Amino acid sequence: MRIDYIGLSEVSGPLITLDHVSGVGYDEMCEITFSSGKRRTGRVIMLEGERAVVQVFEGTHGISLENVSTRFTGKPMSLPLSREILGRVFDGAGKPIDGLGAVCPQEVRNINGSAINPVARKYPRSCIYTGISAIDGMSTLIRGQKLPIFSGAGMRHNEVAAQIVKQAHVGGDDGNFAIVFAAMGVKNDTADFFRRDFEDAGALQRVVMFLNLASDPIIERILAPRCALTAAEYLAFELGFHVLVIMTDMTSYCEALREFSSSKGEIPSRKGYPSYLYSDLASLYERAGMIEGLPGSVTQVPVLTMPNDDITHPIPDLTGYITEGQIVLDRDMDQSKLYPPIAVLPSLSRLMKDGIGKGFTREDHPALSNQLFSSYAKVQEARALAGVIGEDELSDLDKKILEFGRIFEDKFVRQMPDENRTIDQTLEEGWGALAVLPPDELDRVDAVLLKKYYKQDSVPAMRGGM
Amino acid sequence: MDGYTIHSVNGPVVTARGGQTLSMLESVRVGHELLMGEVVGIRGEDAVIQVYEDTTGLCPGDPVSGTGGPLAVELGPGLLHNIFDGVLRPLNALEKASGPFMARGVNIGSLDTAKKWDVKILVREGDEIVPGTVYAECRETELITHRCVSRVTGTVVSVKPDGAYTATEPLMEILCPRDKTETLTLRQLWPIRTPRPVRKRMPISRPLITGQRVIDTLFPVAKGGCAAVPGPFGAGKTITQHQLAKWSDADIIVYLGCGERGNEMTQVLEEFSELLDPRSGKPLLDRTVLLANTSNMPVAAREASVYTGMTVAEYYRDMGYHVAIMADSTSRWAEAMREIAGRLEEMPAEEGFPAYLPSRLAEFYERAGYMVTLSGAEGSVTVIGAVSPQGGDFSEPVTQNTKRFVRAFWALDRQLAYARHFPSVNWITSYSEYVDDLEPWYRERLGHGFSGLRTRISRLLLEESKLMEIVKLIGADILPDDQKLIIEAARVVRLGYLQQNAYHETDTYVPLEKQKGMMEVYLYLYDAAKTLLDRSIPISQLRGTGIFDALIRIKYDVPNDNEEFVGEYSKKIDDAIRTVLEAHL
Repeated sequence: MRIDYIGLSEVSGPLITLDHVSGVGYDEMCEITFSSGKRRTGRVIMLEGERAVVQVFEGTHGISLENVSTRFTGKPMSLPLSREILGRVFDGAGKPIDGLGAVCPQEVRNINGSAINPVARKYPRSCIYTGISAIDGMSTLIRGQKLPIFSGAGMRHNEVAAQIVKQAHVGGDDGNFAIVFAAMGVKNDTADFFRRDFEDAGALQRVVMFLNLASDPIIERILAPRCALTAAEYLAFELGFHVLVIMTDMTSYCEALREFSSSKGEIPSRKGYPSYLYSDLASLYERAGMIEGLPGSVTQVPVLTMPNDDITHPIPDLTGYITEGQIVLDRDMDQSKLYPPIAVLPSLSRLMKDGIGKGFTREDHPALSNQLFSSYAKVQEARALAGVIGEDELSDLDKKILEFGRIFEDKFVRQMPDENRTIDQTLEEGWGALAVLPPDELDRVDAVLLKKYYKQDSVPAMRGGM
Repeated sequence: MDGYTIHSVNGPVVTARGGQTLSMLESVRVGHELLMGEVVGIRGEDAVIQVYEDTTGLCPGDPVSGTGGPLAVELGPGLLHNIFDGVLRPLNALEKASGPFMARGVNIGSLDTAKKWDVKILVREGDEIVPGTVYAECRETELITHRCVSRVTGTVVSVKPDGAYTATEPLMEILCPRDKTETLTLRQLWPIRTPRPVRKRMPISRPLITGQRVIDTLFPVAKGGCAAVPGPFGAGKTITQHQLAKWSDADIIVYLGCGERGNEMTQVLEEFSELLDPRSGKPLLDRTVLLANTSNMPVAAREASVYTGMTVAEYYRDMGYHVAIMADSTSRWAEAMREIAGRLEEMPAEEGFPAYLPSRLAEFYERAGYMVTLSGAEGSVTVIGAVSPQGGDFSEPVTQNTKRFVRAFWALDRQLAYARHFPSVNWITSYSEYVDDLEPWYRERLGHGFSGLRTRISRLLLEESKLMEIVKLIGADILPDDQKLIIEAARVVRLGYLQQNAYHETDTYVPLEKQKGMMEVYLYLYDAAKTLLDRSIPISQLRGTGIFDALIRIKYDVPNDNEEFVGEYSKKIDDAIRTVLEAHL
């Protein structure tokens, strides 16, 4: 038997406090019923003796100390799941908002999930081709990886994410592919952009959407990624889908967490974010992966906007420590209308080394990407120097390096939002850019590969005079 | 029952009320599911407990019971070649018990109690044993003999013969002072927060050879020493740790993944099972204990995991082994402390970290050392701690406080990593205070030349970095030729020597002899090229001969066991210079 508790003893921000409760568990869900019959849901976030603190998902507006009654359900927050969730749209708390009625559940799962036992994991090795050279060539996405996009307000991260969704495929057998999309605190337009885009690609039937728009309650923002990942895990490990999870925007998520933490009166840590931000983010990101003996996979591409484009801000910083690399977008490139504006140097895919090369992509891929990184790093130095002494005064070698930089950005990085390059095309563009450099500059490629793939530009290289 | 029940729950922190018996740091079982926890504070009749598992569903009124002792782990044969969580529960057994996802309240002992070990008993009836006596031994893996070291004093009253025993079967009865009898088995318990005793600490005198040029040559770490590897994300901390775990000449490696990525631990597990130890030819896992407490596992267990790792390391040290513990990353540990301190509403000090951060770090790093164990053997624990500074900023509290307690500091650099210069150890900001301590060892092993070469190489690099400041402003063209030579020679050293390819068969591990030879060749080039300067021949002409590139490729072209290459390459350098000179005649 469940007891209805009439009235509250405190309301503060999104939190309500009840006194004289008993038999309530930590993290348990409850229903809050207004005297008018309207309902809201909440979750127990702190217990102290007979006092329970509950966060109300839909917000506390209209709640007084006397006009509600609360009933605890005895269960943690859970999500009803079945194959039917594909093609559906839910709010952040997992309630359908597409007017198609409730999901008839095959299974109900706790949205907090549990950690995957490290020995049960399968190490990700098969690469996902995105058709974007800057990603495929330089920071390859691997199935089961978590690879965030670090962007800034106003940059074209949504286009990049959408292009990845549309073009992502795996060489050979494709299996069942599904997309879980979680929007946290994004504007209506952005959510609409993605919806249209999925529609254009004819993918809506493979997509599950969890939408928490900028005007929706912040508590649901904290739940949205958990619901999305629970759905993803179900699709992957129960039904065998290869699931790509797009979560945008993680910055709004973290801000919701901060707002919520400060309303609980917790001691703030860096920039006011709670001290458990790392553990909290990890509890989301670590839900990517593959499991030995199970067919599916969960790959995550979270999008976050770096406040003030600052990569050392706690959100990108802690994210970078958890995820397996990052794709960084660059303001200057974006402003010079270079699409995709991917800053190659700070971007990194940690799992790339085990998923490329002979037997995976092509034998020259590791050496080539290494060489492009190292040569492109020199481009930055040469540009800095040219900025001081003028391009004309540079040595011949530095001029060639600048030329390489131009070709690399223009031919290799730049492509159309609907251009889907094969890995061979990507690698050829890479060798094409390297062709302007003299062979002794290519110190990362061994002689055999150099002979096979490198074709120096016909203009004879000038020696000496440095 | 001591009558304790849960009073409040806030994340991983639970308060129990209603008893008097719990003591500080006592290990407890919380709720009906018997979740593991530890007492971290006592206020009146309230005991504050940090719980090592997810606290969802705990209710006020649920029972809490003490175990009577501090958090202790089971030690014995079977730790090697195995993987555990932060409180030493075997992950393979957990997977069998609860499937691919971690469940709560599963209490499984560290050791496989069904497995029989071929035990050799080393004492006889009537023998006196004291703490430090080795009473039994068994082959734990093909590489390592497991020695059971007594912690008690007494007389052996009865003893089993040699044979096959499990970890928990009694091997002998001991009559201790005051007529107490003790039963000794292969297994023993040890509280993780208490350092294991030793006879005495020895001065630092031997290096931990890692086969990584920048470390062995420029910034060595000693056996029994401590090193920190700080670096922003993507700078290669984990790869550096992996390289050290694979190639360093310790007998035992304890690899601790503290709050890091799950996939990384899977990779370590996979890779270490395949890789062979370069000295013995046996799988690396045979000398490795893996501890994995990934970032999404409970935070309190993360806090405990570094102590667990250290206890395991000390346990093997006491058998007379040289142990290296790689902790990746100590920042996650410090953050776990911060998180729990926040939940306990403790007064924060710098950047929200608790005020006891430096003393906890000091306690941890001071458990390293080169020791004479109670049994009279020599053993050591070397600590290599990764630090993940927030925003890559080394002025943050964890890096700064770690710096006070370690003597080797390998600063990883974001810019170098962007240019894919690995290992991205910055040769200007890194340091090792062990250089002088280890000098006699290097001299005895490699002759007098080594330290001279090292000094010259580091001076060359330092001069280059000063010149690069100028080059950044005005370009390399206007530098006089002698400075151009410094830049060229330093470039060869950077690309050929400091950069090391962890994925290249030959380059991944380089013996000291080859390291020395390479330095000799590079400095020979620098000296020989000066003859060109005397005749005002531009260095760029020497570059045109391709000799620089040949030297950079020494690391790939010369096999690690080739001892003759110094002469060969000196001759090549002479030839190149002669060619340039002749072209000028």
